[in-house]
Amino acid sequence: MTQTAQTIFAIIAEKALLAPSDLTPETRLADLALDSLAMVELIFALEEAFDISVPFNANDPAAQEFDLSSVGAIIAAVEGLLSQKAA
Amino acid sequence: MQRVVITGAGTINALGQDVTQTFAALAEGRCGIGPLDIPDVDRLSIRIGAQVRGWTPSEHFDLRGLSLYDRMTQFALWSARQAVDQSGLVFDGDLALRAGVVLGTAGGGLGTIDDSFRAVYAEGKNRVHPLTVPRLMASAGASHISMTYGLRGPAFTVTSACASSNHAMGLAFQMVRSGAAPVMLTGGAEAMLTFGGLKAWEGLRVMAADACRPFSADRSGMVQGEGAAVFVFEALDHARARGAEILAEVIGFAMTSDAHDIVMPSADGARRAMQGALADAGIAAGQVGYINAHGTGTKANDSNECAAIRAVFGSDLPLVSSTKAAHGHIIGGTGAVELLACLMALQRGLVAPTVGHQRDDPECGVDVVPNVAREAQVEVALSNAFAFGGLNAVLALRRM
Repeated sequence: MTQTAQTIFAIIAEKALLAPSDLTPETRLADLALDSLAMVELIFALEEAFDISVPFNANDPAAQEFDLSSVGAIIAAVEGLLSQKAA
Repeated sequence: MQRVVITGAGTINALGQDVTQTFAALAEGRCGIGPLDIPDVDRLSIRIGAQVRGWTPSEHFDLRGLSLYDRMTQFALWSARQAVDQSGLVFDGDLALRAGVVLGTAGGGLGTIDDSFRAVYAEGKNRVHPLTVPRLMASAGASHISMTYGLRGPAFTVTSACASSNHAMGLAFQMVRSGAAPVMLTGGAEAMLTFGGLKAWEGLRVMAADACRPFSADRSGMVQGEGAAVFVFEALDHARARGAEILAEVIGFAMTSDAHDIVMPSADGARRAMQGALADAGIAAGQVGYINAHGTGTKANDSNECAAIRAVFGSDLPLVSSTKAAHGHIIGGTGAVELLACLMALQRGLVAPTVGHQRDDPECGVDVVPNVAREAQVEVALSNAFAFGGLNAVLALRRM
């Protein structure tokens, strides 16, 4: 697992009150029972950890450019933003 | 119990710097939202707001006032001046001893806080303006109104986030009705369009980046505004005895708490607040012709509020509009500015539209008076305010 993925596992696990080992890339965010506050805290934590800016509007979480559907999707989306930043 | 009437009104907001201008803008369906003009706006991700333009404090206040008044207090004082002038009241003798002021604000003197933090943190200065504390106090507006008019009865500020003004006006109504005070100045003020204020809101991810579209299927969040409105609430007998012009009667007020969630609203708390206001006024739901909705333009509020309205009114739905799409969400001052839309409906028979409306949302299912003001004979109007933290306050007004 990449360092990026490990960090994301840790962040999501903390917000979901789980251990990172409870998560897999296939874990659906919808199954983690994160409330709206935990979601904005999760995004803030990702932004702070990777110095990125995540496009997200809580009014319509389904229609985001940033895929938050699963742990793996979040890893891919963060890696996408990081590669944009590097470019 | 005294009947309570409104005998004066004043305001400043993005639509205008008095009631006449604000009514004209509401009637035309004008929108006061535009690009923000504040320091460091380029570091914000949300760069629009309903900002008060063309406001020159030195035209309204002396040097002492200019050094003492945060923008929030300036807005409160300017609104109070219009309201008192319209009422024709002179506060002296026994009236001065018993009259008071209760205002609502959520942020208090946020511009002052922002400036002083910027000085010590960003600019590395080791001192701030010596009057920083009296400027930033949330209660400064109420204090300065009391000093300006010599109001020596009850004076204080209440804060309940986005319901602050409605809680303030509800308390003023109860004080006049009970006979505790013959006259109360009341309303609310907010000046939160500061870098720090907006940064805090950005964090919640509920702000729209382009426009405020309450009840529209494509709504994408709230847009902040700033401003104030202040009213003179007066015992009907007192107003009649001096031949005052009466703008409307305040007939009911109720407040409830969701006891549920710090940001998500509950339809039950909103429903109970509206039903409570009707019961307090002693009227039937069918008598209500217009509701000025809380209508923030967020997904969560608007569908929840409409569910609550349908629960109260069934199939006999009054007209509903959110004027936040025009003057922005003025947070702790918003209920006061929105009461103006109720006054316009009652006095002029003209219901302010919900501007920015593009597509009906089947989850809402009420007539939101999209985009164009509508003539309607309104006998009773409600003004809703449902704050973060589940604090709900609803006022009922009747045409006189």
